[in-house]
Amino acid sequence: MSFLEYRLKTVPTGASKILHVNWALVILLTAVASVGFLMLYSVAGGRMEVWAEPQIKRFLLGLAVMFAVAFVPIWFWRNMAGLAYAGSLLLLLAVEFFGSVGMGAQRWIELGPLRLQPSELAKVTLVMLLAAYYDWLDIRKTSHPLWVLIPVILILLPTALVLTQPDLGTALLLMTGGAVVMFCAGVSWYYFGAVAALLGGTVTAVFASRGTTWQLLKDYQYRRIDTFLDPSGDPLGAGYHISQAKIALGSGGWAGRGFMQGTQSRLNFLPEKHTDFIFTTLAEEFGFIGAFSLLMLYTLVLAFCVASAIQNKDRFASLVTLGIAATFFFYFAVNMLMVMGLAPVVGVPLPLVSYGGSSMLVLLAAFGLVQSAHIHRPR
Amino acid sequence: MRRSARDTEESARKITRRGLFLGGSMAAVVAVLGARMRHMQVDQADEFRLLAEDNRISIRLVPPARGQIYDRNGKLIAGNEQNYRVVISRDDAGNVEDVLNRLSGILPISDEDFERALKEARRRSPLPIIVADRLTWDDVSKVAINAPALPGVSPEVGLSRTYPRDTDFAHVVGYVGPVSDRDLEKLEEPDPLLQTPKFQIGKIGVETWMEDALRGKAGSRRVEVNAVGRVMRELGRQEGDAGADIRLTIDADVQNYVQARLGEESAAAVVMDVQNGDLLAIVSSPSFDPNLFVRGISHTDYNALTENDHRPLANKSVQGAYPPGSTFKMVTALAALEAGVINTSSSVSCPGHYEVGGRRFHCWKRGGHGRVALDRALSESCDVYFYDIAMKVGIDKIAEMGRKLGLGIRHDIPMSAITEGLMPDKAWKKERYQQDWRIGDTVNASIGQGYVLTSPLQLAVMTARLASGRAISPRLIHSIADQPAAVDPGAELGLDPQFLQAVHQGMYAVSNNQRGTAYSSRIDDKSLKMAGKTGTSQVRNISAAERARGVISNADLPWNRRDHALFVAFAPYDNPRYAVSVVVEHGGGGSTAAAPIGRDILLRAMSDGIPPLTAYPAAQRNRIDTMHRKLELRDADGKMPESSRA
Repeated sequence: MSFLEYRLKTVPTGASKILHVNWALVILLTAVASVGFLMLYSVAGGRMEVWAEPQIKRFLLGLAVMFAVAFVPIWFWRNMAGLAYAGSLLLLLAVEFFGSVGMGAQRWIELGPLRLQPSELAKVTLVMLLAAYYDWLDIRKTSHPLWVLIPVILILLPTALVLTQPDLGTALLLMTGGAVVMFCAGVSWYYFGAVAALLGGTVTAVFASRGTTWQLLKDYQYRRIDTFLDPSGDPLGAGYHISQAKIALGSGGWAGRGFMQGTQSRLNFLPEKHTDFIFTTLAEEFGFIGAFSLLMLYTLVLAFCVASAIQNKDRFASLVTLGIAATFFFYFAVNMLMVMGLAPVVGVPLPLVSYGGSSMLVLLAAFGLVQSAHIHRPR
Repeated sequence: MRRSARDTEESARKITRRGLFLGGSMAAVVAVLGARMRHMQVDQADEFRLLAEDNRISIRLVPPARGQIYDRNGKLIAGNEQNYRVVISRDDAGNVEDVLNRLSGILPISDEDFERALKEARRRSPLPIIVADRLTWDDVSKVAINAPALPGVSPEVGLSRTYPRDTDFAHVVGYVGPVSDRDLEKLEEPDPLLQTPKFQIGKIGVETWMEDALRGKAGSRRVEVNAVGRVMRELGRQEGDAGADIRLTIDADVQNYVQARLGEESAAAVVMDVQNGDLLAIVSSPSFDPNLFVRGISHTDYNALTENDHRPLANKSVQGAYPPGSTFKMVTALAALEAGVINTSSSVSCPGHYEVGGRRFHCWKRGGHGRVALDRALSESCDVYFYDIAMKVGIDKIAEMGRKLGLGIRHDIPMSAITEGLMPDKAWKKERYQQDWRIGDTVNASIGQGYVLTSPLQLAVMTARLASGRAISPRLIHSIADQPAAVDPGAELGLDPQFLQAVHQGMYAVSNNQRGTAYSSRIDDKSLKMAGKTGTSQVRNISAAERARGVISNADLPWNRRDHALFVAFAPYDNPRYAVSVVVEHGGGGSTAAAPIGRDILLRAMSDGIPPLTAYPAAQRNRIDTMHRKLELRDADGKMPESSRA
């Protein structure tokens, strides 16, 4: 179905949209963010003003953005998809030239008082564009090579720009997010099989290129891979972060060491304890119960999204919802895998929990799209 | 574009299928995450908890206070002083160089210290770096006032070793210094304390020989540290045991008197209690200030000490091995008497020389002594008498007597580099030089020349044994932690009292008979009479040609070719209490250079304070009084008089 076929009368209008908001999802997101506030308060040594307070303000702002996006009909957003994609590409290019350097990579751009990370934005706009593309495309052409090539190029454009920053983590999230939309849209399994084979080849090439003139990754990225493969090899150097993170996580035990009692974070053994490694503090202070509860909250968010997407008969709405759910999933899954020593340290924040403005705002705006799709679903 | 209903249906079904597949995949990953969490946080929790504790808890040693060293009367010789220092913590300082620059505006920091602190800062050790040591309270308060401009800088209080009677005990007690790699190599299982920064151990003397008792046992502090090693809080503390205090047999005031009396001479003197072996004073001159070594001696000061031809760093009283000269004659006499080859009244005619084996050996008195028996032979120090009796008794008997009296053996007191001296006999020469003992060797040995070497300590022991007739051994440690050290009363030497008496009489005559070699150094007080023996030992050979020309007098020789002057004595004669030995390197004659010192020292040991002038011969009293006034002696607290500090 397309929006032209909507029986528009059945779609809620005006203030009545509030009643159709997926409130359970709002509550879940607030709960996840609250876990973040609590942990940011803890890692700041019991001070609100350092991280927790700005984070709360940003969350409230993000919530407002989410509702604003949610109340705009989903078909408007579909029409905006191309523009949004083009805009985020431009911003990525701007970062190339005017961006601020942080952590050895160009990632931010200063827009007045706002510090924007366009790569975060690109994740959502890419999903929007691909969803719009498959909404437009004749279903029977979905697996036609030419019509597969177009979305692949659309994915690779922002990915390439992000890789040059260089930000391996975001690049991976962009590709997987885009791939998920393609997959859900019904692109043939064979393509995914081929890509998987290609990836295997690339990985081999990456390792083979190491130390040669055509080296494909930066040295620090190779070192991260080494560290990932054998963190104990260099416990005081490159492997230090991951070893300390694992110690913090494991030492939490069943019920944790108590709020603000985590020695690993309090004594600064943990790196980036308010951003990428915040999950380890949660796991240390609240133990398995705390860490697993957060995982369940995330899973519920996913479940609501998937349920909403499947129920929705609008093709764009379904694909956008699934794409955003998948992006959200990749965020927390990669972050958790990373701090638990199952994935290399690539610098992916824990969604809605890690301290950081761009990802929080962008994610909440993305959930605004999910809400909009939910509110304006064909009935 | 409108789609057919069939396409729409198909599309929705596909999205549902793929969406569910996606959801399932995500659920699978979530399951993996949950399982991993459970594995780490439940199954491996104890392991990780242990690692976390290991991370945060660090055991720091608390150095114990070092045992103090006192003299026999409880006067402090080596103590611990509170010492203010300024440390800088690299973490808190930010730019260490900046802070150091600001600090050097307030404190006197040498360029050397500045560089060292910078270097340590670059090493990124989490321990605080000591920037300046031994600061005055004023300096510390200046740092405190300027604290806001000096991030990471904080004053600290520590204990450091101090020697209030500095030069007097440099050789006896020694000094402490930082632990060197060589110190560590020597130990099989070094006390972990030795690796704590700025820890000091004994380097020489009592400080090093009694190290185990003095060091004490380290306490420990369990502290919580952060990732860069900074101490966040103390979790627990276990106090260590302070080192044991040691009391020496030395009388600090007598020691001080002897040190002052030796003055600038390159000399050594030992005062010993003949009844129990207690060393009352054991002095080597010139001395040095051990406090310089504790603080880290400058190159200039150190070079001044090593280049001085009077060798201040050498502990001559136990390390110095000198030919005993005529002070050895009692050994020769007793050996002959005990062997029965002479009796106390046997006499020998001295024409001024003695011929044996085709060689002529001279008496110090060119004209000779005429006919002499033991008493005059000792009092006038006739060499020929001893040449003659030595020929009769033989070197092996003499060496045996020497060893019986404590020569040629190492006396074990807790001091560094104690020499064994040398008491030669036939077997020794055979082994050492693969040569037979010659008659001339015996002649030389009979008057303490040739191969015989003794230390001032050995000479004091010899005199004490002669005075008591018992095998007295020197004792330096009076008590450890108030536990008195054992006193060895000394077994009887088994010498015939009659022979000992004869030797005593001869020694008495040395300083009481008008013709005695030390008559001018007699004691007038009847109850304190002294018996002694002078000695003058050559450090050069006098050739026949020189002898023919006339032996050059000491005064005309360069200092380092002059004879050593020696003197040994005990007193009071009637009831011997103290034995003394004095060696003045290149001092000239024993009767003029060593005997007066020996007498003054003995009188000081027997008196309470400066000896009364009535003890001295009337004619010398003015001179002695002047000399005593000039001596710069310490007051009761061990401080030097004001005049000497200027």
